[in-house]
Amino acid sequence: MARMQSPTDAVRSMVGMWRQMLRIRRFDEAATRLLRSGQMPGVLHLTTGQEAVVAGSSAAMGPDDLLIGTHRNHGYPVARGGDLGPLMAEVLGKATGVCQGRGGEMHLIDPSVGAFFSSAILGSGLPVAVGTALASQVQRSGRVTLATFGDGASNEGAVHESMNLAAIWKLPIVFLCENNGYAVTVPASYAVSVRDIADRAAAYSMPGTVADGSDPVAVREAVQTARDRASAGQGPSLVEAKTYRTVDHAENLPSQPYRPEEEVESWRKRDPLTSFRGRLLQDGVAAGELDKIEQEVGEEVAAAVKFASDSPFPEPTALWEHMYADQSLNRPAASLSWP
Amino acid sequence: MRELTYLAAIREAQIEEMTSDDTVILMGQDIRANLYGTGSFLDMFSEERIRDLPTSETACVGAAVGAAMTGLRPVVDMGSASFSFVALDQFISEVSKIHYMSAGQLKVPVTYRIPLMYNGGVGVQHSDRPYPMFMQMPGLKLICPTTPSDAKAMMKAAIRDDDPVIVFEDTYNWSSRGPVADPPASAPIGTAAIAREGDDVTVVGIGRTVAFALAAAGELADSGVSAEVIDLRSLAPIDWDTIFGSVEKTGRLVVADAAVSTCSAASEIAATVAEHRFEALRAPVRRVTSLPVHSPYTPALERAIYPDAGKITAAVLSVAKQASHGN
Repeated sequence: MARMQSPTDAVRSMVGMWRQMLRIRRFDEAATRLLRSGQMPGVLHLTTGQEAVVAGSSAAMGPDDLLIGTHRNHGYPVARGGDLGPLMAEVLGKATGVCQGRGGEMHLIDPSVGAFFSSAILGSGLPVAVGTALASQVQRSGRVTLATFGDGASNEGAVHESMNLAAIWKLPIVFLCENNGYAVTVPASYAVSVRDIADRAAAYSMPGTVADGSDPVAVREAVQTARDRASAGQGPSLVEAKTYRTVDHAENLPSQPYRPEEEVESWRKRDPLTSFRGRLLQDGVAAGELDKIEQEVGEEVAAAVKFASDSPFPEPTALWEHMYADQSLNRPAASLSWP
Repeated sequence: MRELTYLAAIREAQIEEMTSDDTVILMGQDIRANLYGTGSFLDMFSEERIRDLPTSETACVGAAVGAAMTGLRPVVDMGSASFSFVALDQFISEVSKIHYMSAGQLKVPVTYRIPLMYNGGVGVQHSDRPYPMFMQMPGLKLICPTTPSDAKAMMKAAIRDDDPVIVFEDTYNWSSRGPVADPPASAPIGTAAIAREGDDVTVVGIGRTVAFALAAAGELADSGVSAEVIDLRSLAPIDWDTIFGSVEKTGRLVVADAAVSTCSAASEIAATVAEHRFEALRAPVRRVTSLPVHSPYTPALERAIYPDAGKITAAVLSVAKQASHGN
């Protein structure tokens, strides 16, 4: 919501985005420590290096808008203002988790703040996102759906079917491609037929734009323009944010080296948090204010870790819960016994 | 009582639910032009609620889920069961799992109509009976009504249900006529129906094999064998109480299922009865299923692979003649 702001408001909203970027980074760092100390199962898909895309696009969303995300989704419920305690508890699989441990780190959502749903099968969330946009259109709710996917998913048939369907129905949806350059280990430069995935928008008669994914302001502007168009009934757009994850595809999932160390280093040196902090200082924000935000976020994350660590795991009897909305089915059939 | 065809009963259910609830929308390929005979509906409802779909099964199955998560109740006509394979990821990863993985925060009140078009010369790629695959996905409700009355009652229940429901329609039944009361007799999802009472052998049928089982039961009565026929009509959840109750009475079970034998619905029923009611059985359980081969185009070969009344009769006689295994 950056349009028509006074210079002061513009800086304030930039500080707000920086806070969200910081919350995402510190959340992921804390989760990584919990993983390495053996307090959580499985793997972690970190947002590290991609925070500007998440903070910028989230800032462009309206309060009732819906985000449908991917396996790398930690940032969105955080940037939309979700409570970090239940989010961290979900990562640990605790009963107090935002999905009571049913979703976990690849499905980290918070519907109460519009981080509505995420699918961890590549491209599989986009058809669902087309559906939430369809409901918005039928209900005339004014809600816009933001659907994220990566460079890997850009090669999935589901993505192309979804873009076509959204285009023929002129649905209120923004497709946001977070192009971090690699589908796990396979480079986009090898696997994607075009240099800019945004070019594929032309096949669906919709605008396609490229944004610098290291700059939250650029991402916000691009998504805002696409959102305005969707909101005005003019249909979908594709925004491609060029970004980079400076960590592996997932923590706890080692692979052979697949990208030059100099490449990773050069992106680490351009870390979006550091560079955006520098820009805020240039724009006249006091270092003391940013230090204070650092401290507040640190305390918030520490409290979230404590909440999550202190929380109980679900009781074994919770196993059948939430299989069906029909509560009568959320237990074994009385006539059967399961060993 | 008024009689309707099965397809007219489905149509009436959709019209009634669309009239009483404006969040219900219809989606499907070729539905405006009424390709499959359920009716075009365009004379009654706005184009916005009657959505012809492009041939993009993945996007369309998923779009119905997303719409269901945010306040609509879509009914999706899949055209033919074999087309559902194109969208299988959406059924497995999204339709069946979203409610669970959100710990109940998201509801998915969506209905998919999946017609089964086999033994009609439509060839190997259009003749599948895939409901056992869907039975492997917890979180779905799966029904297969066989009478017009049940079709109307269960279709209405499916649209009103807050969980995803797949309606498998055996197209053999589409033109069959039967009485449909207003409102239709109750047929809750999750219940089976006893289509014919009997004492000697229980025959569970699914889809068109219910009609074959009833025909077989008529013939068997002439030979002095009394068969009880159960119309399963709900594949998930399965009404174990009705099946167990019947087997406890008869001591013998034949399950007729047009799915391929391996891991069929019949396999699940046979295994579960053997596991939980072994002491009631006086003969081995028999399955009458499709042979594990593809459905060939030529009628000279195709007919042979599916269950029919003759095969069911033979299976019933084979167990009826068996002495008790235990005493």
